[in-house]
Amino acid sequence: MPLNWKIGGVLLGFVFFLAVLLVKPIGVSTQFVILDGIVADAVSSDFITQTEEGWTSTNAYMAKSDGKYAKNAANPLNYSFVFVLAMMLGAFLSAKARGGVGRDERTMPALWRANFGENQWKRYAMAFLGGFVVLYGARLAGGCTSGHMMSGMMQTSLSGYIFALGAFAAAVPVALMMYKKEA
Amino acid sequence: MSSIILALIIGAAFGAVLDRVGATNPNWIGKMLALKHLHLMKTILLAIGTGAVLMFGGQMLGLVDVGHMSVKAAYVGVFIGGLLLGAGWAASGYCPGTGVCAAASGRKDALFFIAGGLLGAAAYMATYPAWKASGMLDDIAGGKVTLGTVPGSGFDGIWAMSGDILGIVLGLVFIAIAFALPERLSGEGRLSDVPAE
Repeated sequence: MPLNWKIGGVLLGFVFFLAVLLVKPIGVSTQFVILDGIVADAVSSDFITQTEEGWTSTNAYMAKSDGKYAKNAANPLNYSFVFVLAMMLGAFLSAKARGGVGRDERTMPALWRANFGENQWKRYAMAFLGGFVVLYGARLAGGCTSGHMMSGMMQTSLSGYIFALGAFAAAVPVALMMYKKEA
Repeated sequence: MSSIILALIIGAAFGAVLDRVGATNPNWIGKMLALKHLHLMKTILLAIGTGAVLMFGGQMLGLVDVGHMSVKAAYVGVFIGGLLLGAGWAASGYCPGTGVCAAASGRKDALFFIAGGLLGAAAYMATYPAWKASGMLDDIAGGKVTLGTVPGSGFDGIWAMSGDILGIVLGLVFIAIAFALPERLSGEGRLSDVPAE
């Protein structure tokens, strides 16, 4: 059973505040691009190259903003990438400490099972497709739920509001259509 | 090096809290987005409000470095990308941050979400020039702007009023909405109303 929203909300808000206080606002989705860059450069070593001014890539997106992403992919031991790895560690330890995720839940959430049945491959296919659309959208938008919605609206940035409007305008109808039965 | 230590501490805290508030649980995401169970929505709104009040309050008192603010640009693609993210978020029950945390907590379907995400990010990398050429990545309304004008932030404000005060006021509004929002909007009175999980 998750934390009461009053405690959970204050804790979550405090973490977002702590990030701005000590370093910079939280964001996650860029690191999917960084990992792609690391893999692409491992497969084909001229994907990311060092120049006199810094870093660049044969991919225009990796090379944009003076090779900011190319530089981070070439040096994965940087704040933002380690941050995401640490998130996984934190979630892992937290889940372990509360007894872990139940065996049935590990394959698919009860809400999915109630609406779409037991076939795990159907769930995996939708998770994969969902992941594709989520990250394509996040990169087009320039941020995700953490960077745009939470950090953005917290800072009163216009883009955060535009993003949240778009995200909920699509998410609510899709969820209403998909999850007619409750678990 | 100290930045790596901070990444470890703040990142781990973020992951743990996401897990504890139920954000890594697709049941909670699905029920929130289907407006059946708004507990997590209340958590998120309270978090945004708390973060805003602390940050802007700290900036006004000079305790928080305004230079740490980082405002993203506004452009048409933000809205289109938001629509896409929202659809995928509802369909899968994961967003980028909660997806990686869910996988770490033992959810196997989240691994498929991550795999799809890496491919989706790669697809964007490949199609980025077309978006760039379309003009949909060009700044609108001033690009990197805040609603009010935050002194010393280097970002323009849409309105000339004090961005710090507006930030605190909006933070309080988020907190008020969090309190005012009911736990449920639809599906009242069902047996499964009790708790999820």
